[in-house]
Amino acid sequence: MVSASMSPLPRWAEYLALPLVNLLAALVLSGLVILAVGQDPVAALGVLADGAVGSQEGIGFTLYYATTFMFTGLAVAIPFHAGLFNIGGEGQAMVGGIGVALICLALGGWPLWLVLPLALAAAMGCGAAWAFIPAWARARRGSHVVITTIMFNFIAAALLTWLLVDILIAPGQSAPESAGFDRSTWLPAMHEMLAVLGIAVTATPLNLAFLIALAAGALVWVFIWHTRWGYEIRVVGHGEEAARYGGIDVERVIILALCLGGACAGLAAINDLMGAQHRLLLNFTAESGFIGIAVALMGRNHPLGIALAALLFGALYQGGSELAFEMPGLQREIIVVIEGLVILFCGALENLFRVRLARLLPAPAPSEA
Amino acid sequence: MSDALLQLVSLLAATLRLATPLVLAALGGLFCERSGIVDIGLEGKMLGAAFAAGATAAVSGSPFLGLAAAIVVSIALALVHGYAAITHHGNQVVSGMALNILVAGLVSTLAVSWFHQGGNTPQLADGARFAAIALPFADALAGIPVIGTLVAQLVSGQTLPVYLAAAAVPIAAMILARTRFGLRLRAVGENPLAVAAAGISVARLRYQALICTGLFCGIAGADLALAQSAGFFRGMSAGRGYLALAALIFGKWRPVPTLLACLFFAFADVVQTRLQGVVLPGIGAIPVQFIQALPYILTVLLLAGFVGKARPPKAIGMPFARSP
Repeated sequence: MVSASMSPLPRWAEYLALPLVNLLAALVLSGLVILAVGQDPVAALGVLADGAVGSQEGIGFTLYYATTFMFTGLAVAIPFHAGLFNIGGEGQAMVGGIGVALICLALGGWPLWLVLPLALAAAMGCGAAWAFIPAWARARRGSHVVITTIMFNFIAAALLTWLLVDILIAPGQSAPESAGFDRSTWLPAMHEMLAVLGIAVTATPLNLAFLIALAAGALVWVFIWHTRWGYEIRVVGHGEEAARYGGIDVERVIILALCLGGACAGLAAINDLMGAQHRLLLNFTAESGFIGIAVALMGRNHPLGIALAALLFGALYQGGSELAFEMPGLQREIIVVIEGLVILFCGALENLFRVRLARLLPAPAPSEA
Repeated sequence: MSDALLQLVSLLAATLRLATPLVLAALGGLFCERSGIVDIGLEGKMLGAAFAAGATAAVSGSPFLGLAAAIVVSIALALVHGYAAITHHGNQVVSGMALNILVAGLVSTLAVSWFHQGGNTPQLADGARFAAIALPFADALAGIPVIGTLVAQLVSGQTLPVYLAAAAVPIAAMILARTRFGLRLRAVGENPLAVAAAGISVARLRYQALICTGLFCGIAGADLALAQSAGFFRGMSAGRGYLALAALIFGKWRPVPTLLACLFFAFADVVQTRLQGVVLPGIGAIPVQFIQALPYILTVLLLAGFVGKARPPKAIGMPFARSP
């Protein structure tokens, strides 16, 4: 990054102040859009916040969505450290979901402690496999990874549709959905787990996958910053030629980084399918792969930042569905506007406020820089 | 015999129609990528332009005002990309993707709020669309056996954007190869430092290139809403911007090979629609989803298999900062 080194910021500003300033800019512009369609942005923000965190139910849904976005955010972040932009989280999550569904449909009646590891392996394996071909094409043939991963999103959607329409559709049903998973394969919901501890909360789709996502974030942190593989990924991200000169197998690192990203995206299906929907259905990913891009960029590709950004987008997503209810003039697509603006400001325009912020703040101590 | 000919001609005519937005968008991408700016945002520009065209034509009843609005919106989006990529040295791939997502959200929001038709613009009357243009000499040649059919069905009777796309290829090739602007444009994509040392503004040139990109993508979007359909509908661009980009890479950033790649993608798309429901001997009916995915699969195969190691402009994707 050219300018990141030109205008160094203290760490708290890099990871907290700068993303918040960028978020504020995105929200202000979104407010203008809301004004432009003749609605009251302040009222909209109120409805959004109240829908997201104003009730136990809202909080549960917010955390449920945040779980998915944490996975899809990690799916973008890991390849990003290797200098690769993975737009394929959506398709990788879909194919991960196919793996999860096949395991859950096949192993109905088995105990969860046996099903869960297999389902995790299927989700990660299928997601990684879907990332492998673009990864291989990038490593060996120099194919543009953005285009190939986008194409694989379209192909995954076709594959999922075909499976649901022709193969997995539940008998006697017209909607393209698989049969329901056996109850023994459902992930325990958070309200059930808390009830065991004697805490009563409202029933929401929030489930065990939330804890799995937190664990995944911690593992990614260890992997990227404290293992040799993670080190190699970051070296490749700083410069492929230099990495090759330093004896790193760049092709292998590219494939590893993208496949790990795909594995994380695949895990999103654990939350959606095993945790909440309990069946395979069309479009279950609901654009979460694309929200992952915004989450990763806003979280500055750091698992802690991603967790916080996922929380924010979980709140926006949940609040957005309330918005469509409460203010009929507004669509939930306003969330997509915010999403695009966040990517613009946190990603492409990150230097816009960085330079100004760096001028305001004392330069960081050399050890931190 | 003449039946087979008619079949072939209608296949080719459909290919020309479907290739038009691809060719225009890919030529647009050609300008900015040759100047060193990556543009993933062709898709967003097309979608934004299609909405602007559909909305303006619906309100004004004029396809030409629709085209103008499409171009203005598309150039504005290109300038936002320039602001991030040129002025602020931002990551160009991220900027393009941000604009794609932003436009998708924005057009849905605006379409629902303005027209209340579930994110579409109203169905356009014939006068508000681009009509087929009958070329004057088509009638005169109608008597000639094969050529007459070809001229009547293929060369004549296309819409304005098709002719614009056909004219754009030689014009773009000419500008790039033969004009001072084109020479400088290619130089700035290969070695911006040398261009700067010659006293020419790198930023200015790249902004100019992006305006060209916006212009072409604007026409491409107008074609979608005003020629291929009667109005804008949700998700109208359907990945065409990415296909155009793939065609550009496949065509190695040169106008004529890019045109051929676009024609090939369009032909695959035409074949795709005609293969649906066809029962192949020995295989049976191929599921429609796989046939629909054909252009996308083809893109990946082409990019991975046949393109070889494409050599992009040397300075592509790198922000230019004169002295750090």
